[in-house]
Amino acid sequence: MSLNMFIQHFINALGLGSLYGLIAIGYTMVYGILRLINFAHGDIFMLGAYFVYFATIHFKLPWGVGVVLAIAGATLCGLLVDRIAYRPLRSAPRISALISAIGVSFFLENLATVVFTGMPRAVVQPPWLMHPIPVRGIRLIPLGLMVPVISFLLVAGLLWIVYRTKPGLGMRAISFDIETTRLMGVSVDKIIALTFALGSALAALAGIMWALRYPRVEPFMGVFPGVKAFIAAVFGGVGSIPGAMIGGLALGFVEIMSIAFFPTLSGYKDAFAFVLLIVILLVRPTGLMGEKLEEKI
Amino acid sequence: MNEDMNRKTRNFILNCLALAALVAFLLWAPGNLDRYKLRIINLIAINAILGLSLNLIYGMTGMFSLGHAGFMAIGAYVSSLLILTAEQKTSMWILEPIAPWLLNLHAPFLVSLIAAGLAAAFFGWLIALPVLRLGGDYLGIATLGFAEILRILIVNLTPLTNGSLGLKGIPAHTDIWMSYGCLVAVLIFMIRLMNGNFGNVLRAVRDDEIAARTMGIDTFRTRVLAFTIGSFGGGLGGALMGNLITAIDPKMFMIAQTYSLLMIVVVGGLGSITGSVIGSVLITTMLEWLRIVEDPITIGSLHIPGIPGMRMVIFSMLLIAVIIFRREGIMGTREFSWDWFFPKKTKQRPISERPVSDTKGADAG
Amino acid sequence: MNASHSAEARKPVLRIRELTLRFGGLIAVNNLSIDVAGGSIVGLIGPNGAGKTTVFNVITGFYRPSEGSVEFMGQQLTGLPPHRVCMAGVSRTFQNIRLFQNETVLQNVMIGSYVRQRGTWWQNLVPFLFPAAAREEREIRDDAMKLLERLGLAEQADARASSLPYGAQRRLEIARALATRPKFLLLDEPAAGMNPQESEELLNFIRRLRDEFALTILLIEHDMKVVMGVCEHIQVMDRGLLIADGSPEEIRANPRVIEAYLGQSAPEAGDEAGNGVGGFKAGDFKKEEIAHAGH
Repeated sequence: MSLNMFIQHFINALGLGSLYGLIAIGYTMVYGILRLINFAHGDIFMLGAYFVYFATIHFKLPWGVGVVLAIAGATLCGLLVDRIAYRPLRSAPRISALISAIGVSFFLENLATVVFTGMPRAVVQPPWLMHPIPVRGIRLIPLGLMVPVISFLLVAGLLWIVYRTKPGLGMRAISFDIETTRLMGVSVDKIIALTFALGSALAALAGIMWALRYPRVEPFMGVFPGVKAFIAAVFGGVGSIPGAMIGGLALGFVEIMSIAFFPTLSGYKDAFAFVLLIVILLVRPTGLMGEKLEEKI
Repeated sequence: MNEDMNRKTRNFILNCLALAALVAFLLWAPGNLDRYKLRIINLIAINAILGLSLNLIYGMTGMFSLGHAGFMAIGAYVSSLLILTAEQKTSMWILEPIAPWLLNLHAPFLVSLIAAGLAAAFFGWLIALPVLRLGGDYLGIATLGFAEILRILIVNLTPLTNGSLGLKGIPAHTDIWMSYGCLVAVLIFMIRLMNGNFGNVLRAVRDDEIAARTMGIDTFRTRVLAFTIGSFGGGLGGALMGNLITAIDPKMFMIAQTYSLLMIVVVGGLGSITGSVIGSVLITTMLEWLRIVEDPITIGSLHIPGIPGMRMVIFSMLLIAVIIFRREGIMGTREFSWDWFFPKKTKQRPISERPVSDTKGADAG
Repeated sequence: MNASHSAEARKPVLRIRELTLRFGGLIAVNNLSIDVAGGSIVGLIGPNGAGKTTVFNVITGFYRPSEGSVEFMGQQLTGLPPHRVCMAGVSRTFQNIRLFQNETVLQNVMIGSYVRQRGTWWQNLVPFLFPAAAREEREIRDDAMKLLERLGLAEQADARASSLPYGAQRRLEIARALATRPKFLLLDEPAAGMNPQESEELLNFIRRLRDEFALTILLIEHDMKVVMGVCEHIQVMDRGLLIADGSPEEIRANPRVIEAYLGQSAPEAGDEAGNGVGGFKAGDFKKEEIAHAGH
């Protein structure tokens, strides 16, 4: 493999990895405070991509406006999911919320099939994002460079919110003990809603960029990125935001590089993440940056 | 004691009557129902078997597994590959030739069913060893991952599985005698298993792992065992399904398949054998009935096009509604009993022999 | 009066040697050595957070000690998983009752018998092929019923464990532990949440248990009446260390024990307590008891 090829793959992996990371953050934040795998997260990602598609193709809005509207729309959907399907189950056994999450995910996927039809659709690609810039024999696509940069800025912003603001303090408190936090007079439901909103916004953004990469949207596009991003979150240590980003990047590199070096494995691409998951869980169930939770006897 | 004996005799007679009624129905059905209805009746039995096996893993032993579609796939493929003739196989594998050892491998249907179950159980055991060390939700994701890996393997291992083309022309061995015969066998198995002390142990592992370990139960081994038995059921159900539909391909065994089984178990009641059977009847008929919304309807000159996907939208809304408004499902953890139909004369204790001196039970009447 | 009181049985059955358990930087148990004589009833007491329950968790295999060993009747328990400890003949109850809440009272006890059950699950699927296994299954049911009768729970055999009143739940937890046929029983605060009359009955109950089931009993308890009333020997822990070891009389008179319980105000409290029965007044431990009952 030539150096140029390697750099090309490297940038590619960085882009894919940061998208996984962006989705993984939503999983990790919700899991961190509610101990719930939000199966619907991957579908919020899908909705984000679809909303841009509709804004630009059907309503002929400028791309930038479409993105803003899509993020707002997906955030609203995330809030609704929490309000309708999860909040009534806060005091129920955790497994009930998990089944509800599966139901919501299934619902959103099929609703998208009903509303948008199952046909994959091509999305609008703003030329300034997609036009390759040749640099010493390497074709750099602005989108490919933008994705990691935006992701890292967002992670920094998120860390600031979680560690430097009052709602962030609330989030951290809930992750320790939701009942005590409630007793302290913190509006737990609002903080949880904020968590869902932040996570959904990031997922929608990831969905939009994902759709630009491939460039199409379809109702089940969120399933695999969603599950893989969860695996990335587990890899990084569930509950840790930097961990989610690192996990996402690691997964991106594993997927891109193994196919780059062993092209015959390309049929098994989607299996890597799961193999990785089983290995992590065996070797270090708490992930890279996670903490061990022990049951009190 | 006499009271107890009478009750046992009565229940035995009633069980025999119920079985006779089932046999009568099975004799009547093939001549009087169309193929579509027969297929649904078959599906009810197969889904009940699958639901029961998932319930053993999830409802009774408390392991949140999302891998059942994977076990079904193993069962369906193993059974079909054993039944298909060499000629059929040669004509079907067009992309790549079939693995030579597989070409002439052949077995009768019943043997293929058992092989299907055993193969699924073997894979279940294999995956259980690493993933059952995990608790709760991680287990769900890991088993889901396992099912997906399996599906990807089926797509890619063309010499063994014919890849994404799948297998066609599987003889339709699954008739209602076969599916209900298997269901009765599975039901007897489950009832005996859960009524014995081992059933108590499974529930103990589900309810309080720490207390169970203190009671000398090797919880890990018990879980692996229950998971393996449940996988056997998944393989058996998958094999029956393949022989009913006569064509299988990897897309049949996507996560949606596991979700419908999960729905059966949750609606029926986690941990209830009766519940899984009721759940299967309800969900199977409902899923078929909901096909109406996806088919185009023409009333006079008005033509309403079908809405693809609507069936699953309603289905998933129902799942959410059940979990929010009636978490325990229809049965909770309760089981059907003939005693429901008879007024209680005495307070019954489920012990085979009470001390002779203990007359309190009789006095209480 | 009983075989368990003979000199032979008085040899130590449980030997804890130089046991240390660290959680990160925290030392929960510090170089603890305890012998428990066969057939005796021994109390393990100490202020909250002294590490008593941790010692139980080490003995029963839930925690692996950082250093030291636990030996039961010549067998090393150190490092054995909990179910193997149970097989070796050691059973326990929990501070915050851990019954199988969804199961019936009878089922709870039957689950305890499982560890001694020889018939396998598949044999019981086809009882007509394996009559011995079927007979054993019936015997387990009958024995469980008899055990419930002896502990006064037979009437509630078919009730869900969670529906029992608190005191009965504690007794059921003991019944369940007895079903594993232990030689050694660890009771974690058996009197917690009981009123004075109930704890009075508990004294006789514990003695009866020891005699009728030929047990050695180690118990953690905050209710000093129970401890002084039933224990033949008492070990006192404070902050992971064994600070005293002796007969109830010796413990009552031990200034270190009083200090551990009462902290800085030890001298005055000690004086005051000196006027009480045998150095302790029930009132001295009120706070502890209340704190616990609330939890």
